[in-house]
Amino acid sequence: MGSARDEILGRIRAVERPESPPAPRDYDRVRHADDPVALLAERIADYRATVYRAAARELPYRIAERLDGRGTIAAPADVPGEWRVPGVSWLTDDPPLGVSDLEEADGVLSGCAVAIAETGTIVLDAGRAQGRRVLTLVPDYHLCVVHADQIVVSVPEAIERLDPAGPLTFISGPSATSDIELDRVEGVHGPRTLEVLLAA
Amino acid sequence: MGRNPVTWLGSPTFPDAARRSLGDTQLRGNLRKATTTIRGKRESAVAELDDWEQLRRAGEAVKDDVLANLDTYLERLEAAVSERGGVVHWARDAEEANRIVLDLVRQEDADEVVKVKSMATAEIGLNEALADGGVDAIETDLAEVIVQLGEDRPSHILVPAIHRNRAEIKEIFAQMPDPPDSDDPRALAEAARKYLRRKFLSAKVAISGANFGVADTGSIVVVESEGNGRMCLTLPETLITVMGVEKVLPRWQDLEVFLQLLPRSSTAERMNPYTSIWSGVTPGDGPQKFHLVLLDNGRTSTLADEVGRQALRCIRCSACLNVCPVYERTGGQAYGSVYPGPIGAILAPQLAGDLHDEQAASLPYASSLCGACYEVCPVRINIPEVLTHLRAEVVEAKGKRTPEAMAMSAAAWVFGSRRRYEAAQKAGSLTRLLARGGNLSSLPWPGSKWTDTRDAPVVPKESFRTWWRRNRG
Ligand code: SF4
Repeated sequence: MGSARDEILGRIRAVERPESPPAPRDYDRVRHADDPVALLAERIADYRATVYRAAARELPYRIAERLDGRGTIAAPADVPGEWRVPGVSWLTDDPPLGVSDLEEADGVLSGCAVAIAETGTIVLDAGRAQGRRVLTLVPDYHLCVVHADQIVVSVPEAIERLDPAGPLTFISGPSATSDIELDRVEGVHGPRTLEVLLAA
Repeated sequence: MGRNPVTWLGSPTFPDAARRSLGDTQLRGNLRKATTTIRGKRESAVAELDDWEQLRRAGEAVKDDVLANLDTYLERLEAAVSERGGVVHWARDAEEANRIVLDLVRQEDADEVVKVKSMATAEIGLNEALADGGVDAIETDLAEVIVQLGEDRPSHILVPAIHRNRAEIKEIFAQMPDPPDSDDPRALAEAARKYLRRKFLSAKVAISGANFGVADTGSIVVVESEGNGRMCLTLPETLITVMGVEKVLPRWQDLEVFLQLLPRSSTAERMNPYTSIWSGVTPGDGPQKFHLVLLDNGRTSTLADEVGRQALRCIRCSACLNVCPVYERTGGQAYGSVYPGPIGAILAPQLAGDLHDEQAASLPYASSLCGACYEVCPVRINIPEVLTHLRAEVVEAKGKRTPEAMAMSAAAWVFGSRRRYEAAQKAGSLTRLLARGGNLSSLPWPGSKWTDTRDAPVVPKESFRTWWRRNRG
């Protein structure tokens, strides 16, 4: 197997290539927004996801409101206790849930690592209150809680905050396709309904 | 070493294929509608960022750095992926890559794999190779499902079934166990969801491509919309990713440039619905076996061409297809390659590496050199420059200018203008012009004055671009 590797690297090294200067980084690394929370809310809504806002104190109440009547909700093992509101039956990922359990669940509740206001994106890094990737993928409904201090304005700010070690998922609205006549249609394989609760 | 499957065996040359697709009014209608929509959207997505030009220059420079230090970054990527529990393989050509993947699939005792859309695996003809080895490759991207079930060829990088409208798609989906009951895109998407759900849940092995691979962290990036990518990258036990060697990025920070350039240029969104990034294997989360196949297949020889190598900066956004007047009129299949449009015209013949091949040699002529592709390209590939350069190489390889090449140059000039194009169609002369070895001196309409000009017909560039802007869409 060594030979393909050596041959490819050899072919590359045989080419005379000019030195390349360091890339110019004079684009905006940080961008200003008067109200990042409002910008995030507006941009997420543009993808036809639904955004709700909650004062930090009333968060459990707002979660209960969203989940009311939804039945079985999956959650990572480490979501804050106060998020486990009464009125739904909780399916906790400890021990790890099987895919068929998740297929049966009516939804999933998670937090996030970072949210990008300018693009309306939430990023999960499998860290606190987010769990394994499969949790937020298989159920058809995803409620994601975003705290004010997790919000940045630009993509570069988000990349700087994120740890490349964990598996990362950037989510911008519900699953969608533009494959039919380049028309955007929501809802293919990922959760078809995404709701975001901004606790700020 | 076999023939490079980047161009489809037995495809007619571009002029021949173009002549055929010009007769297909349904195709042209579907294409015009789709590209017109996306052009407008891209423009507003790009206009939103004041620093777009700076981002393009940064993207260009990072990719040039990649090409200048490709060996270093590939070794770094290999080390980072291995350190995090992945296994790295190297493939000189399509045949070798296909063999590696087939062996890996067999090791897992799988006779079915799920696939997330990947240009690299389409380029090497992986599905056909797997089928020959008794393995069913199930495409999961909606457009790829349409192409696969329709026993069709792709015609666009991003939207391979762009040539199909909703009514045609409904007909193709009629063979699903649970067919759609209307041609509403929602119903069509729902049918695909049901059809693929079982496949995702049962598959043991998934195969993906990669948009980027970060050398210093071993992170692999897949940018998608539907969630079929997330399914493939999360559910199966084994994941095999096939990545062209030029997709490597030096450092984590570089993603801040490309995750802005790519979505706005391709689907014209601020961000695509889903981007997955992983590094090697994460215990307890996602595939527990990860293989990365690094593919050359003509890339290192493209690197050796001083002018042509810039094609390797391409991030497959497809913006150049959507603005191309020739692409809009002929469709993607006329290019006879998984890479159609302006990027295909410069990349496919270089990867194929054989300018004595009639079909590959005809591709650099599939352009009117109007320059719209260069203007939109997020990594500033000077496509017209490479086209002109490759035309010179074709001429050199053949030792003479073929009548066909001349016919194509002239035809491309006609494609480039709606007025010229319509006039030519009316006169019925376009098909004659495109006829193999057509005799240019006998052209009946007033355009015949270019027949004695050089290789590329002289087009008043600036005024043409102004014209194209005003008249398109
Ligand atoms: S050549 Fe440029 S515009 Fe065309 S697909 Fe590649 S990156 Fe996009």
